[in-house]
Amino acid sequence: MVSFLNYAIEILPDMLSGAWVTIQLSIVCITVGILFGMALGVARVYSTRFVYWIVTAYVEFLRGTPCLLQLFFIYYGLGDMGILLKPILAAGIALGINTSVYQAEYFRGAIQSIKPGQMVAARAMGLGKWGAIRYVILPQALRLVIPSSSNEIIYMFKYTSIAFAVGVPELLSQADITGAMNFRYFESYLVAAGFYIIMVFFVAKIMSIIEKKVYVPGLQLAQ
Amino acid sequence: MSTILEVKNLTKKFDDNEVLKDVSFELKKGETLAVIGSSGSGKSTLLRCLNHLSPPDSGQILLEGININTPETDINRVRADMGFVFQDFNLFTHLTILENVMFGPLRVRRWSKDKARQIATAEIKTVGMLDKIDSYPAQLSGGQQQRISIARALALKPKLILFDEPTSALDPELTGEVLSVMTDLAHSGMTAIVVTHEMGFARSVADKVIFIDQGLIVEQGPSKTLFSAPQHERTKLFLKNFSGLE
Repeated sequence: MVSFLNYAIEILPDMLSGAWVTIQLSIVCITVGILFGMALGVARVYSTRFVYWIVTAYVEFLRGTPCLLQLFFIYYGLGDMGILLKPILAAGIALGINTSVYQAEYFRGAIQSIKPGQMVAARAMGLGKWGAIRYVILPQALRLVIPSSSNEIIYMFKYTSIAFAVGVPELLSQADITGAMNFRYFESYLVAAGFYIIMVFFVAKIMSIIEKKVYVPGLQLAQ
Repeated sequence: MSTILEVKNLTKKFDDNEVLKDVSFELKKGETLAVIGSSGSGKSTLLRCLNHLSPPDSGQILLEGININTPETDINRVRADMGFVFQDFNLFTHLTILENVMFGPLRVRRWSKDKARQIATAEIKTVGMLDKIDSYPAQLSGGQQQRISIARALALKPKLILFDEPTSALDPELTGEVLSVMTDLAHSGMTAIVVTHEMGFARSVADKVIFIDQGLIVEQGPSKTLFSAPQHERTKLFLKNFSGLE
């Protein structure tokens, strides 16, 4: 036990730097995911038929292929074509657009659960379609989407670990490196697992605080 | 009194089903017009045609002399001038009562926040709901929600207000408070078209009544005459069904 604690303290700086990279990467992915997801979700409900099909094809393509393949495609595949991206940037893009399609589905569901009368009322007052989306539909959809969106955010937080495969020095990579250097994989992975659990705990906490903060009586998804 | 709205030969079809046939009428400033008729007669469609929630197929709608049933019309400006009160209120769920009523002045009229707040507060006072200003719609009764939705329509400072069966979704004991707000409004000189099943309101408050049946205006005239001496058989039959209920 003492030996494990000593080892954990010894590798702490490396693990902390890995955790910091994980946090940064997650924030980028989650931000990209939510912004794109929102735009795609709105497009899937409100845009023209043509745009609808493009968006649907995009969503189905990204949902139908593994995230690791998408990451390799952007890092190695585009690299072959002469587009060389830094590992962290490639990971940010790949994971960001991957999570965006799931967020898009949650947004679509949230938007479609809003009573049609809300849109009609806004239009009847003389607001244009986009004004109604901005001031009436999105503020409601954003609240409705929080519970399912939170799951995706937590999932993404852990899923940044696949950036390890293209050499991003995030938490899992650091566990792997320190484990290999000291021949103590078991303990390194254990420390990494502890870090993930703590980070996910705080993310979940933050999401539930946000959910309570923006709560409005009468506005929730039908159970 | 000047004519505010003139409707000429309005028609509307859903597929092959003609729901409005050659509807014409006019309304003077400050008048209240009640549109009565059985369910499915086309009354609500008529209202929705006027502000293009359901665009008519042909005919003219002259608002203060200008035909708004043309492709060149900026329908959003017209809609802001025609308040609309829905059967099921449709208050914005995520906004407080004050924010709901400020919404039109702020987002549609683009008036300043101070002005919007001032107007909204005044209109909420008109419908007697100042104590609920910070509540959310879901925390109010149906009658209270409908009163707020009337305040929301008024806050746009419209030229007329369209009421689409404003009491039909309410429990009977809650219709009174809404009708009383509407009566005050009529007496204050607001121009309104009210699609309604409330014959008492149509008879005592409305200046004019239109009886519509199967998309056709069967009879129209001053409410006193239409109720006391209906000319057409169908009007007589329709009113007879209500006479026992009042």
